[in-house]
Amino acid sequence: MTFRMKLLAGMCALLSFVGGVALATSPAPTQATTELPRHQVPASKDGNLVVGMCDGETSLEVKGVKEGQKLTREQAMRVSGDLMDAWRKKNPDANWDPTPPPVLAQAPKQPTQGTPNPPAGVQKPAVGSSVREGGITADSGGKQVRKEAGVNIQDGQTYGAFTSRDEAIWAASTEQFVKEGHRVFHDAEALGGTVAISCDMCHPDAANTHPETYPKYQVQLGRVALLRDMINWCIENPVRGIPLADGDPRLRAMEAYIYAQRKGTKLDYGKK
Amino acid sequence: MGNKFRSIETKHHEERDAFFEQLQRLDRRAFLRVAGISAGIAAGMGLRTPHGFQLVNVAEAQGTKPRFSFAYISDTHLYEQKLNDRFVRSILKAVDDVNGLDPQPDFVLFGGDLAQLGQAGELKLGAQILKSVKAPVRMMVGEHDWFLDMGELWRDLFGAPNYAFDHKGVHFVVLNSIHEKDFWTERKLSPMERMKIVAGLDNGIQSRFEVGNEQREWMRQDLAKVDKKTPIIVFSHSPLYKYYRPWNFWTDDADEVQALLRPFERVTVIHGHTHQMLSNQIGNISFHGMLSTAWPWPYAPEGLPKLTVQMNRPDPFSQFDGCGDGRMEVTEAGLVNKLYNLWERNPITVRASYLTSNGKQDAPPQTKLPSY
Ligand code: HEC
Repeated sequence: MTFRMKLLAGMCALLSFVGGVALATSPAPTQATTELPRHQVPASKDGNLVVGMCDGETSLEVKGVKEGQKLTREQAMRVSGDLMDAWRKKNPDANWDPTPPPVLAQAPKQPTQGTPNPPAGVQKPAVGSSVREGGITADSGGKQVRKEAGVNIQDGQTYGAFTSRDEAIWAASTEQFVKEGHRVFHDAEALGGTVAISCDMCHPDAANTHPETYPKYQVQLGRVALLRDMINWCIENPVRGIPLADGDPRLRAMEAYIYAQRKGTKLDYGKK
Repeated sequence: MGNKFRSIETKHHEERDAFFEQLQRLDRRAFLRVAGISAGIAAGMGLRTPHGFQLVNVAEAQGTKPRFSFAYISDTHLYEQKLNDRFVRSILKAVDDVNGLDPQPDFVLFGGDLAQLGQAGELKLGAQILKSVKAPVRMMVGEHDWFLDMGELWRDLFGAPNYAFDHKGVHFVVLNSIHEKDFWTERKLSPMERMKIVAGLDNGIQSRFEVGNEQREWMRQDLAKVDKKTPIIVFSHSPLYKYYRPWNFWTDDADEVQALLRPFERVTVIHGHTHQMLSNQIGNISFHGMLSTAWPWPYAPEGLPKLTVQMNRPDPFSQFDGCGDGRMEVTEAGLVNKLYNLWERNPITVRASYLTSNGKQDAPPQTKLPSY
């Protein structure tokens, strides 16, 4: 794997991360129902391929490659390097660790190419106000962590850039999701039930839902089932509702609640 | 859902019905066909016996004739039929069962939670259905019957919730064990809000069940008239011991009630509320839980009595599995052999000797799929 490809992988990690922040900073009760943010890239006049970056802002038109065509490995590496450069310019303050060489028995020589990481300690203040528009970005919070900590913790890395406040927000968002699942689980109407039966009537505290045993062969369905298949079975049957679609926020929330109730239980897929 | 839609549950029951129908008029040519189907059913759904075969008289098979027997139906949790016919179908099945018993039981105990939310339509529907029971019915109250109007309609329909009677040398005491300390006034809850909180198991809002001072005093006076050698059988909705507090599988003043029963030689408590096979022995007192007709409950994560032999985990694809009714045989000695008539399974008897020998004798069949 080359350094550039690693960057590509790193950037993708960053995307999921930034997405997480966006949700975490506005923990609306409708979390389950709102759409996840999407990165709309500008269209190319010439019908060229436009690649968006994981920050949800930066994009790059690839000359000579049409929308729908595949990139060669070399082209892809060039694109990712250019995107990364653009991101660096926008976020001079962000910390980005140099990718360590892979730990292999016989490590091949790593060619050092692409963007060098800014040397530690050369952190320039962000241009203009210290409060950026658009809420938290990848490079905000990094300095707070060091200030807040004033302690001997590792920083200079993506996760190091978040404060305990951020973490508290993430935890609260998760709790809220679980709580929503608790509500649906206990509410026949929310389940779309027609006979006033809710899950808690037979599964107090979600007992006997055994999420840790999935996937497993469910003989009555005649196939391997996931937890959601059994949730849907119980919605169809005792509850007499209509099975929920895979992405249905109620299904997602109930999965969250059911798993949360079994915290600490060892995963044991396939167990009867 | 179009007309063609049939749930797995429905399909299975159709297959099953067809199977047993064919079984009844079995000739040599039909045999192969049926055998084929039955293998499929057995493989897919586990072995099941037709309901008519289930009420095997275990005591008679062992040559000990009971003094008498009584049956029970419990925890039917009825909604009005137009809202929910599932639970109605179940109580009707139980009524058929007890009416089909031969010999007929001396009486049928109703174990409480006739209604789901204590509403008039639910209680009256239940009263109506229970009228078709051939044997006399002895009523007991459950929390689902009580907390909408604090038992007003229930008392109108069925009389006092606690009473005592003698039958063939056994003294019976029926309790209202589902009193709760007031948690609603301070919170300004409406009657329906109060009812719904009590109807849920996993909320920490409600108080724990108790028999209460007043009723314990009544019980003390009632028992004072009874010879200590007379067998005693107590009916209570909640288990008269402490099993699992968070779900109210619990009676707060259980110790005080047990103390009143301690001086007697032979005491049996029959309780509802827990919807599962449940057995316990505390000193001189044997405890038997009753099955629900509506749904089985999971075993609680802790507090399960040591002597309890769990029932196999129920099949969520069958409305009736894990549910049922049952019968008690009162032995010459005045002890109780309890038969769990588990629908769609073989019946299981938990014998008095199993409990009084502290599990050394007559152990019921072990579970294959215990809860976890
Ligand atoms: C009428 C009673 C009843 C209701 C209501 C009910 N279930 Fe079930 N469910 C059962 C039973 C019984 C089982 C089997 C339990 C066992 O295996 O011990 C079961 C099994 C399950 C399982 C699989 C457990 C395992 O061991 O694999 C899941 C998951 C589940 N239910 C979820 C739900 C959800 C979610 C709801 C509400 C939509 C619900 N159930 C409503 C009775 C019910």
